[in-house]
Amino acid sequence: MHSPVSESVIQESLLRWIVLLPLLGAAINGLLNRRLPKAAVGAIACGAVGLSFVLSLTAFLRLAALPAESRLLVDTVARWIGFGPLRVDMGFAMDPLNAVMALIVTGVGFLIHVYSLGYMSHDKGFQRFFTYLNLFIFAMMTLILGENLLMLFVGWEGVGLCSYLLISFWFNEEANAIAGKKAFVVNRIGDFGFLLGVFLLGATLLPHLGAGEGLFSFRVMQRHADVLAPAATAIALLLFVGATGKSAQIPLYIWLPDAMAGPTPVSALIHAATMVTAGVYMICRMNFLFVLSPAAMHVVAIVGAATALLAATIAMTQNDIKKVLAYSTVSQLGYMMLACGVGAFAAGIFHVMTHAFFKALLFLGSGSVIHAMSGEQDMRVMGGLWKKLPITFWTFLAGTFAIAGVFPLAGFFSKDEILWKAFSGQGGGVGLYAVAFLVAGLTAFYMMRLVVLTFHGQNRAGAEVRHHIHESPLTMTLPLVVLAVLSVVGGWIGWPAFLGGSNRFEQWLEPVFAGGHHVAAAVAGHGGEALAEGAAAAHGAAHEGMGLERALAGASLTWGLLGLSLGYLVYSRRTKVADTVRGIAGGWPYRVLLNKYYVDEAYDGAFIRPGFRLSKTVLWKTVDAGVIDGLLVNGSALVVAVFGSLLRLLQNGLVRFYAWSFTVGVAVFVVYLSLKG
Amino acid sequence: MSFITDHILSWVTFLPLAGSLLLWTVVRREGPARLLALGVALADFVLSLHLWFHFDPKTGVDQFVERVAWLADGRISYNLGMDGISLMLVMLTTLLGPIVILSTWRAVTERVPEFMGFLLLLQAAMLGTFFARDMLLFYVFWEAMLIPMYFIIGVWGGQRRLYAAVKFFIFTMVGSVFMLIGIIYMYYHAGSMDLRAFLALDLPRQAQLWLFGAFFLAFAIKVPLFPLHTWLPDAHVEAPTAGSVILAGVLLKMGTYGMLRFAMPLFPQGVATFAPLISTLAVIGIIYGALVALVQPDVKKLVAYSSVSHLGFAVLGLFSLTKLGVAGSLYQMLAHGLSTGALFLLVGVIYERRHTREISEFGGLAHGMPRYATIFLITTLASMGLPGMAGFVAEFMILFGTFGSTTLAHGRLLTVLASTGVVLGAIYMLWMYQRVFLGRRDNPRNEGLADLSGRELVVLLPLVVLMFWLGVRPGVVLDRVEASIDRVLAPLAIEGAAPAGLGAALTTPVLELPEGQGRFVFGNPEMR
Repeated sequence: MHSPVSESVIQESLLRWIVLLPLLGAAINGLLNRRLPKAAVGAIACGAVGLSFVLSLTAFLRLAALPAESRLLVDTVARWIGFGPLRVDMGFAMDPLNAVMALIVTGVGFLIHVYSLGYMSHDKGFQRFFTYLNLFIFAMMTLILGENLLMLFVGWEGVGLCSYLLISFWFNEEANAIAGKKAFVVNRIGDFGFLLGVFLLGATLLPHLGAGEGLFSFRVMQRHADVLAPAATAIALLLFVGATGKSAQIPLYIWLPDAMAGPTPVSALIHAATMVTAGVYMICRMNFLFVLSPAAMHVVAIVGAATALLAATIAMTQNDIKKVLAYSTVSQLGYMMLACGVGAFAAGIFHVMTHAFFKALLFLGSGSVIHAMSGEQDMRVMGGLWKKLPITFWTFLAGTFAIAGVFPLAGFFSKDEILWKAFSGQGGGVGLYAVAFLVAGLTAFYMMRLVVLTFHGQNRAGAEVRHHIHESPLTMTLPLVVLAVLSVVGGWIGWPAFLGGSNRFEQWLEPVFAGGHHVAAAVAGHGGEALAEGAAAAHGAAHEGMGLERALAGASLTWGLLGLSLGYLVYSRRTKVADTVRGIAGGWPYRVLLNKYYVDEAYDGAFIRPGFRLSKTVLWKTVDAGVIDGLLVNGSALVVAVFGSLLRLLQNGLVRFYAWSFTVGVAVFVVYLSLKG
Repeated sequence: MSFITDHILSWVTFLPLAGSLLLWTVVRREGPARLLALGVALADFVLSLHLWFHFDPKTGVDQFVERVAWLADGRISYNLGMDGISLMLVMLTTLLGPIVILSTWRAVTERVPEFMGFLLLLQAAMLGTFFARDMLLFYVFWEAMLIPMYFIIGVWGGQRRLYAAVKFFIFTMVGSVFMLIGIIYMYYHAGSMDLRAFLALDLPRQAQLWLFGAFFLAFAIKVPLFPLHTWLPDAHVEAPTAGSVILAGVLLKMGTYGMLRFAMPLFPQGVATFAPLISTLAVIGIIYGALVALVQPDVKKLVAYSSVSHLGFAVLGLFSLTKLGVAGSLYQMLAHGLSTGALFLLVGVIYERRHTREISEFGGLAHGMPRYATIFLITTLASMGLPGMAGFVAEFMILFGTFGSTTLAHGRLLTVLASTGVVLGAIYMLWMYQRVFLGRRDNPRNEGLADLSGRELVVLLPLVVLMFWLGVRPGVVLDRVEASIDRVLAPLAIEGAAPAGLGAALTTPVLELPEGQGRFVFGNPEMR
């Protein structure tokens, strides 16, 4: 069985430079270290990413010029691992899916690099910061453009490393270092599942490889997807474990809020716009596998929906401006997972894009606020900033309306698409839709709460801080403006059919995801009839249910506006509503949310403490020192006693005698043999 | 030149020995002794480059062979040879040689000529062990390694150096004695000490089991395999930096090398019987070593226990009984030699400055020592097996090989358990890094410490470069060892090998288990 994916491969050595330019930037800034002036460091770092963006755009245009079914550029650099039939290339490929991702990452990445010029200008780690930032873009582009699953994994762990380095960037505070370590370790737990998935996939596929085919190449895997079918559920779920780490889903989301310890541009770039969407990208990349397992897809959808809800409820109670945005990010990532889980991969990627615009904007805006507030992040002492930070305020408001799904801003289109697919997609239904719908309202509410507490009313900071409040410099506000524009118009490319558009975004991605559906249909003989029928039914519903779709969109728009209004009313007037709600049932529901459901504490008590106790008191002190050394080695068992006396003998300083007598013994033995012969 | 190239293996082996003799007799002053030792080690490295460039990777047969009748009418011979497996470990040894000597420039000030003499003697013995193709010759080299290492720990070591040295000596001796008995037994059956004669023997199953046990014990102690590992942390903590680097870098690999070269091909029945037990112990070692490393208060002891974990991967790869796993194991030996060798060098750097290795004594070192902190971090990442670095290739091949093994019972379960070592590795390394380098520099004794000197950079950079190089271009190694691994494992492919499809060639068993051995069997019922 061969999928209808075209096999005409166009070699395009441009791709490697998209990846390597940021590495080059990192190498120059890293090795020359402090010998370069700040201006040169900034120029090199921004230039590398900017060029990378231009090259991505060039490659994208070349891709667009090709007929839809043969949109694939390949750049094989060298053989990476070659041993027997295990062949893994060091290579890159670009198709419509990762072309979009490449543009998002290099584009938004470039804007955040520029923003950082201003934000980090007074930091003595300026060079180090830009080195890490460039290194991150390199790793992220390896992840995105990697031609096979192992190259993706190189980038996958690479971005994890950069995340670690940047979260603990201000390592003078031990808390920051701890947060960085937590991020890396939690991601490694996810990678544990991911690697097992890779092993199972490899072991399943290996016997069926044709001559010259690379084992983990995405094209090869898709070509042989039928042989993966029997193991698809297990492989998909194991890979998904990796995605729950990288994309902060239940149960591994706990690292992302702590990751806010890093400088704010890092939160915007890595922990909102790009890296955390890697799990979503990976699932979309492996769509041909996931569609083979309705069960795994359902798990993805449910975890996504549950994460969206859990994080949104926590976001309502947080007082740290970045923590609110962090939980919001977790929640929005849940949306993207939900989309993937109901087979709406294009909708998931669409939300990746719009979210990259408005969430990067919101984080950078919060950075501008924090910058103005002399480093303060607690919203309870903010307020009234809109007059002094007009650009920050208006762009922030655009981002808020975008994430709240106000028509016709970017978030409206992508979120609505996901809501609709949660209802009508494969395995979708009223339950998933209801959760997603609820989350939409909560999102609007907590975002407006954030805006009001930060920008509205009177400033509640001390006189010293208040005196210093100022709008940020141009390098910081310019990216805000660009991102605000994108947050407004960025969704129009996916203008849906029920509003008279043609969703060009979905069309562009169609060839990537169509292959998966063909595979699923072809494997139907193996028990995937329901899936294939579901796909067909969903397709049919898309045409018949336009009226319903329009009605639901109207409902969610109203619901979002309601959330915004409620947030405004509760927090802008000095009403007692918020206090009353907090006091419900003795205040414990509020405390549970404020303390994030005590999940960190539960993990600590269930795994971390017992693990350390086991290692220290049982394994080291008891097994190693007590049983093995004490009992078996130095103890009184018969054999050991012999060694014991030897030990005493040797400790008396006779070891030299022993050593030489042994040597002599061997010599005597040798002589004996020679005489005998 | 031809008088060198015709006997290149002897030259590589005995050049350090000659240097050692000079140091014991003629060159008795500190400065010249250091320079002589460094010069000899560098020359040896250059000689070994000849091996690298003239090695023919297409064949697994021994190359550069030298064979001269020695004793017992030639039944015992001076017999050296080198295949791809030996080549890799020899290159690791000759590379670490000058690095180690340069690292002791400041650290060792007492009895310098003797110290350098022991280092070179040790190098000669190690190289001889990798080249020897006559079992008696092998045994002589094998035991000869003990003596210089014993003195390096016992004379130049820390507080409890004598205890550690003796523990090291006795542990290793116990295993070796059994192996010697095994060798003699086989000699009387084969009528020759030639390895090929040993390989040609067709021993009954019962004998194979006993002999496998005797050989394996010697090698398992050296690795060290859980639960035979307790000599290692003591030896490392007491040994001077140079001793630790060689111990971790090369000596431990003698164990895994011995398994691959001797225990496995000589006794297929022993392998079949004990593989489930050994692979289980390897996995226990991976997890156990990592967990105990986690709670160590001493940096050096932490690195020592991490070796138990890493070498557990190497043993698991061997007894995955797949070609891929075995190649991964060999790769792990190299990767571990680089990363752990570098870690011990780095620990030595801070010990020279602070005369302590207690983690709680440090904190915030990255503030004053950026170069040191950076190279330490890179090495930490290499040790954790970050993709793009050597350790990842090794762990991937080992785990993937074990996962796909159809011969080893419960290969998949063992892979799942072993993979937790990858998570734990990140935890204990990053936690240590955090406590030593990050946070505030609170302890006033950590202020004003000098960053890496030029000499220290020269010592460390080759290792750092290789960590990346082997991570990105594994073909450099894999292309040179594939044929040799095929050849070494050939005796294991007994009784109706599986159909040789493409996939089959990789994951299919190099060994068919006899009926009823496909389950966990702890010990062989017939032996009781």
